[in-house]
Amino acid sequence: MNIKLQQRAPIMEALENMKDKRIVPFDVPGHKRGKGSPELTAFLGEKAMSLDVNSMKSLDFLGHPVSVIKEAEEIAADAFGAAQAFLMVSGTTSSVIAMIMSACKAGDKILLTRNVHKSVLTGLILSGAIPCYIDPGLQPDLGISMGMKLQDIEQAMDANPDAVAILLNNPTYYGICSNLPAVVKMAHARNMLVLVDEAHGTHFSFGRGLPISAMAAGADMAAVSMHKSGGSLTQSSFLLLGVKPNAAYVRQIINLIQTTSASYLLMSSLDISRKNLALNGVEIFETVGKMAAYAREEINQIGGFYAFGAEIINGDSIYDFDATKLSVNTLKTGLAGREVYDILRDEYDIQIEMGDIGNFLAYVSVGDRMKDIERLCSALSEIYRLHRRNPQGMLDYEYIHPIVSCSPQEAFYAEKQLVSLENSVSRVSVELVMCYPPGIPIIAPGEQVTKSAIDYIRYAKAKGCTLTGTQNEAVEQLYVLL
Amino acid sequence: MELWFSENHTENARMSIKVSRHLYGAQSEFQRIDIFDSPEFGRFLVLDGVMMMTEKDEFAYHEMMVHVPMAINPGIQSVLIIGAGDGGVVRELARYPGITRMDMVEIDPQVVTVCKEYLPQTAGALDDSRLTIYYQDGLKFIRKAQDAYDLIIVDSTDPFGPGEGLFTKEFYGNCYNGLRENGICVNQLGSPYYANDAAAMARAYGKLKGAFPIASAYQAHIPTYPSGHWLFGFGSKTLASATDDIDDWNTLGIKTHYYNTRLHRGAFALPNYVTEMLNNA
Repeated sequence: MNIKLQQRAPIMEALENMKDKRIVPFDVPGHKRGKGSPELTAFLGEKAMSLDVNSMKSLDFLGHPVSVIKEAEEIAADAFGAAQAFLMVSGTTSSVIAMIMSACKAGDKILLTRNVHKSVLTGLILSGAIPCYIDPGLQPDLGISMGMKLQDIEQAMDANPDAVAILLNNPTYYGICSNLPAVVKMAHARNMLVLVDEAHGTHFSFGRGLPISAMAAGADMAAVSMHKSGGSLTQSSFLLLGVKPNAAYVRQIINLIQTTSASYLLMSSLDISRKNLALNGVEIFETVGKMAAYAREEINQIGGFYAFGAEIINGDSIYDFDATKLSVNTLKTGLAGREVYDILRDEYDIQIEMGDIGNFLAYVSVGDRMKDIERLCSALSEIYRLHRRNPQGMLDYEYIHPIVSCSPQEAFYAEKQLVSLENSVSRVSVELVMCYPPGIPIIAPGEQVTKSAIDYIRYAKAKGCTLTGTQNEAVEQLYVLL
Repeated sequence: MELWFSENHTENARMSIKVSRHLYGAQSEFQRIDIFDSPEFGRFLVLDGVMMMTEKDEFAYHEMMVHVPMAINPGIQSVLIIGAGDGGVVRELARYPGITRMDMVEIDPQVVTVCKEYLPQTAGALDDSRLTIYYQDGLKFIRKAQDAYDLIIVDSTDPFGPGEGLFTKEFYGNCYNGLRENGICVNQLGSPYYANDAAAMARAYGKLKGAFPIASAYQAHIPTYPSGHWLFGFGSKTLASATDDIDDWNTLGIKTHYYNTRLHRGAFALPNYVTEMLNNA
């Protein structure tokens, strides 16, 4: 990383120059620096509104950057150790879709685990790629998906030598990492691209003592949620490339799916937060790591809850653990993670990131204060005291082996029929069903519906999880292939 | 030249005290600490610009926080005090020979040091041998206590600032868990009068009420606090707020300036609008 370069923030600088010049706007947006929308301006602030501008010569154009955006992308690439970085303004969802569409054409095979974010399925539907799933396995005590075992990857690669790419979710929502350098070596030996959904690992490129980042491991593309641990505005993201992919082609793919009116609030937030991480990342993530470690220690003294850490590393499927993540297993309290999530919000005014069947995740960042960590720990001790139940009858985890009948794209556009959930067993689903959060599909288009998937949906519903994805709002009916 | 300390009680009402000297002013790790001297109220302590106590009228506050629960349960031995770095609560508690243990949890050591130096009238008992001061977050301390105290006194500052964790449901739940079978928890609720204060008061009382099977509130008159009308919360596991037995307190021979057992009974009789707010909290 070139520290002198990292002190710059070209988009912020260009916006400041634009303000100094007092340019008269006869272009969009029509609110004209906020003056045309007084209530909105009063609500969001004059400063923010005055920066909500459109592309112009001095500010460059995201679809074809030649000046300040190009510079910002080059500096970001330097920060992440990438050959190329793209500023993304439609969420990391758009970064993930662009990765898949850049790597796969219709009919191409891609290796991946099933516990991927919904955006991966969207990428498969749009590209027409065919998923070849690798079983991630479950950590038996926690009921959470692990990373990929090298042996399983090798097997899948040998079975599908024509696959064009492998996609990894690294780290997982809960902080679990696979052995990325080894995967890269295996994939590159077979001429496969390595795509990494690094949505939850922005900080890997900036902190010390953290798991290896996708770019450092030699991956070909990585989707990085700068707005998660990186501090930029919601919806802003980076797509990173290694040396192998054709950057000009990737830009074309991005332009297929991304807006031509990219928000300068989002882009400047990427620029400024990248600068902050490059200059202060080591201290920032050391602080976050200490807070998470403290919270883990305190939560593990309460009883019932298990805030897991590096001790779950097993050298293969859990190759490394992201210690900035505060992931807590709830099974021994007799409460679902989702129930704890709800009680924290409804009774203790504490909003955590997500809760699923057996775990919840509290997102710890540099914006947290120790007294808020104390509140979380105290609230959990109260929940344990007042709400704990006999843990018997908690769902026993089973990995639902997906049976892929056709490509997600084929299924999505096929002739279809609406049936009740119970009648959908053994049929091929046209739709996706997931709990949000975490947004990992339980049923994906093109897959045969299994009884265990339906049981899981019923259990998740009973525990208060929000199920989405189907046209039927209540998720009681599912479109299946005719 | 005239020097005045002013505190906004609302956006449209303020109280001012003429200051004769600014004795101390510094920013600690947690807050801004100031001590002034004044002709009307003597020395007074200000945290983050908010009046905490004056030498002249602090007796009302500290006596009411301590003697009310002590009269209800004269057998109290072990007391936890949260906040109260000025030492006023400890001074009143120290007058009971039956008390064997006082644990005080104050987040800011600088408050204690400054009060000892500049407010000896109030902080004089902070050297009592039964007292242990823990400098840490009150929420963390109480989380670790179970079945340990007969009385918890929560002498907190505002719901915003270093003491905000003390205005939460988890804090009062932890307090319940930290008390013995006949435990009592007393907290300062603030004023029921100005709208913003009243809303904060109702929230804090609601948390206390949610944690304890017996909950009520009582009042005192403290001239330098917003509106002068001040409320305390009373949460209890088993003991009622006032019974015939409280008259036994008079045999202890503790001389007070504000508290007496007749006033104790009356203090729980609140204005109708306040009772309504508490019922809805």
